[in-house]
Amino acid sequence: MAIADARTGSGDPPKVSLLYNPALRSYVYQIVTIVVIAWVIWYAWHNASQNLARANMTAGFGFLNSRAGFDVAQSLIAYSSDSTYFRALQVGLINTLVVSAAGIVTATIVGLLVGIGRLSQNWLIARLCTVYVEIFRNIPPLLVIFFWYLGVLALLPSIRTIFQHLEENPDAVFFISNRGIYMPAPVFGEGFGYVLTAFAIGIVAAIAFAIWANARQRATGKRPPVLMVSLGLIVLMPVVVFLFAGMPLSLDYAIPGSFNMRGGMSIGPEFLALFLALSLYTASFIAEIVRAGIRGVAKGQTEASYALGLRPGQTTRLVVLPQALRIIIPPLTSQYLNLIKNSSLAVAVGYADLVAVGGTILNQAGKAIEIIAIWMLVYVSISLVTSLFMNWFNAKMALVER
Amino acid sequence: MSDISYVRERFIPAESPPISDASAYGWIRRNLFASWSDSVLTIVAILAILYYLPPAIDWLFLSAVWTGTDRTACLTVDQGGALPTGWSGACWAYVGDRFVQFMFGSYPRDQLWRPLLVAAVFVALLVPFLIPRVPRKGLNALLLLVGLPIFAYILLLGGRFGLRHVETSLWGGLMVTLILSFVGIVISLPAGILLALGRRSQMPILKTACIVFIELIRGVPLITVLFMASVLLPLFLEPGNNIDKFLRALIGVSIFASAYMAEVIRGGLQAIPKGQYEAADALGLNYFHKMTFIVLPQAIKLVIPGIVNTFIGMFKDTSLVTIISMYDLLGVVKASFGDSGWITPVTPLTGLIFAGFVFWLFCFGMSRYSAFVERRLDTGHKR
Repeated sequence: MAIADARTGSGDPPKVSLLYNPALRSYVYQIVTIVVIAWVIWYAWHNASQNLARANMTAGFGFLNSRAGFDVAQSLIAYSSDSTYFRALQVGLINTLVVSAAGIVTATIVGLLVGIGRLSQNWLIARLCTVYVEIFRNIPPLLVIFFWYLGVLALLPSIRTIFQHLEENPDAVFFISNRGIYMPAPVFGEGFGYVLTAFAIGIVAAIAFAIWANARQRATGKRPPVLMVSLGLIVLMPVVVFLFAGMPLSLDYAIPGSFNMRGGMSIGPEFLALFLALSLYTASFIAEIVRAGIRGVAKGQTEASYALGLRPGQTTRLVVLPQALRIIIPPLTSQYLNLIKNSSLAVAVGYADLVAVGGTILNQAGKAIEIIAIWMLVYVSISLVTSLFMNWFNAKMALVER
Repeated sequence: MSDISYVRERFIPAESPPISDASAYGWIRRNLFASWSDSVLTIVAILAILYYLPPAIDWLFLSAVWTGTDRTACLTVDQGGALPTGWSGACWAYVGDRFVQFMFGSYPRDQLWRPLLVAAVFVALLVPFLIPRVPRKGLNALLLLVGLPIFAYILLLGGRFGLRHVETSLWGGLMVTLILSFVGIVISLPAGILLALGRRSQMPILKTACIVFIELIRGVPLITVLFMASVLLPLFLEPGNNIDKFLRALIGVSIFASAYMAEVIRGGLQAIPKGQYEAADALGLNYFHKMTFIVLPQAIKLVIPGIVNTFIGMFKDTSLVTIISMYDLLGVVKASFGDSGWITPVTPLTGLIFAGFVFWLFCFGMSRYSAFVERRLDTGHKR
C-alpha cells in the first residue's frame, strides 16, 4: 500500500493506527509499570500496617536505642548486654568486616598458589591442585563450615585437657582446644606510639623512594636497590625505635580460669570454622580465575620477553602478570563480593556477624522490616564500595594497555 | 674393476628413541624432576600424600563400621560400645540406617512410591533432554519444564485424585534440595530473560525498575533474601494468611536465582552483534518476533555454560534453607546429629562427608556436562 501511495504521489503519508506508534506504546508500557509497582508497594504497606496493628507492634527505628540484653561471644569494641541494639549491630558489622577481610587475604593467597600450581610443569603438583579445586568448588560452603565446626574443631582437646597439660608444662603459652586457640595478647606500653609513628613514616618514605627510584631508572637506566631500602625503612627503623623507646611491649598470657581460660588472646572455633571454610571455598574459584588469566596471555608475549633478554622471574613480573591482571580483576571482584556475602553464613555456627546479631534482634524485638532493611542497606553499600574500589583498580591496570 | 658403489642390502634396525624421551624414566624426569625446585616440590608432595592418604583411606573404609542398628556399633569400649579404645573411623552404618530419611525426610514411608515415581519421570525426561542427538527437544523441554512441575505438585502434595495429603513440613532430604533447585531453575529462566530484556530496553522507567531489582538482590546475601521471604512475606500479604513455609523458601530462592540469571542472559544479549537486531528490524519483525526468533536463540546458546554455572550455584545455595529451619539434605543430616539413637563422636563427620559427596556428585556432573556443551558449541562456531 505504502509503495503504491508513494508512486502515485498522493501527498499524505499513509495512515498508521495510533496503536502502532512506538513512542505512545512505550509511554503506555511505562505507565503500566509504575501503576503495578505502586500497587504492589501500596498493597504490601497496607497489609503490613494492618498486620503490625493486629500484633500491637509499631514500625520505626526507635528500638535501636533500647537495651540489647544479650551477650556476644566475640567483639572488638566494648560491648556488654547493657549496650544498645545499635551497638550490637555495630559489633556485628565489625565482625563481618573482620572475617571478610581475613578471608579475602587468605583466599587470594591460596587461590593464587593453587591457580599457578595447576599450570605447573610438575605433573603431581598440577594434579593435586586440580583435585583441590574440583572438590571445594562443588560443595556448598555451608557444608564446609559445618565440616570444620562439627567435624574437625569439635574433636580437638577439651579445655580440661588443656588445664592438665598446663599443670605438666607450666611454660606453655599457645593452646589449641575445642573452644578455640589461645595465645598471649600484646599489651602496648607507653611510648609504643613512637614505634607506630616510625612505621607510618617508614611506609611513606619507602613509597617516596620507590617513586624517586623509578624516575632515576628512567633517567639513567640504573635501578637503585628499592627492596633493600624499603625493608630498612619499614622494618628496621621501627625496630630501632622500639629498642630505643625501652621495649614498651609486654605479653598478657592466657591462664586457666574457673571454667575457661582467662586473659590472653583467643580466637573462637566459630570464627575459625567460618574463616577456614570461606577462604578454602573462595580460593578454589580464585584459582580458576588466576589460571584463566595466565592462560589468557598469549604465548608470544613470553617468547618476546625472553627474546629481549628478560629473565623468567622478570618475565612473569613485568610482562605476564600485568596483562593477566586485566583479565583476572573483574571476576576476582565478584568473588570478593561473594565471599563478603557468604560471610553471612556465620549465623549457622553462631559467629556474631551482622546477620546473626540482626537475627537475634529480629527474634527478640520483632522488628523484621527494620532489621532486613538495615541488612540490605549495609550489604548493598559494602558491595558498592568494593566494586567502586575494584573498578578504580581495574581502570588503573587497564591503562597498561596501549 | 672393482665396484666402488656400495649398496646396502638390508635396513639398519631402527634406533630406539632417546631414553629421556619415551621411557617411564624420561616421563618422570620431565614431569616430576625437571629442576631442583621441581624435585623438592615433588618430594614434599609425595611425603604429604604418604602421610595423609593412608590414614584417610583407613578412616573412610578399612576401620569404618558398615553394619549396625544403633549407636553402640560405632562406640569404643570406654564410650559404651564394643570397639577397641582409640578407634576412630567412619560410621557408615548410621548413613545406611538413616538413608531413607536423608533422601525423603519424614515423607510418610507407605507413600514413598510418589517421590520415587516423580524421580523416575524426572530422569526419563532429563536424560533425552541432555543428549544432543535425541530429537524433539521442544516437546521434551515443555514436558520437563512445565509438565513435570505440575505432575510433581499433584503427586507429591496429594489431596486430590484420592491421594493422601502430605504436608510440606514432612518433606525433606535430597528430595527438597532437588525440588527447590529445580523450581528455582524453571522460574529463574523466563524471569531472568524478562529482567534482562527489561534492563536493556529503551524505556527509562522499566529499565530503572529492572536495574534496581537486579542490583538489590545481587548485592545482598541469599540468607537475607530467605529471611525476607520467610519473615516479611507473611507480613506483606493479607492479614490472617498462612502462606506455606516451603512456598516461602521457593519464592526466596526463585527471586534470588532470577536476578543472577538476568545478568548471565544480559551477557549473552550484549554479545549479539548489532547487525542482527537491525536485520530483524529491516525484515519488519516486531519486538516480540525479533527477540524470540532472532536474538534470544543466539544469545541463550552463547551463555549456556554460564546458565549451567548459575544452576550449580543455585543447587549449592539451596543448602542455606537449613538456616531458616527447613530440612533439605544438609538440614536433615545436621538434624540427625542430635538423634539420640546415633550420637557418637564420629557421626557428624560421617554424615557431613556423605552429604558433601552427594552434593559433589550433582555439582561435578553438572560442571562436566557444561564443559561438554561448551566444547560442542565451540566446534559449531568455528566452521
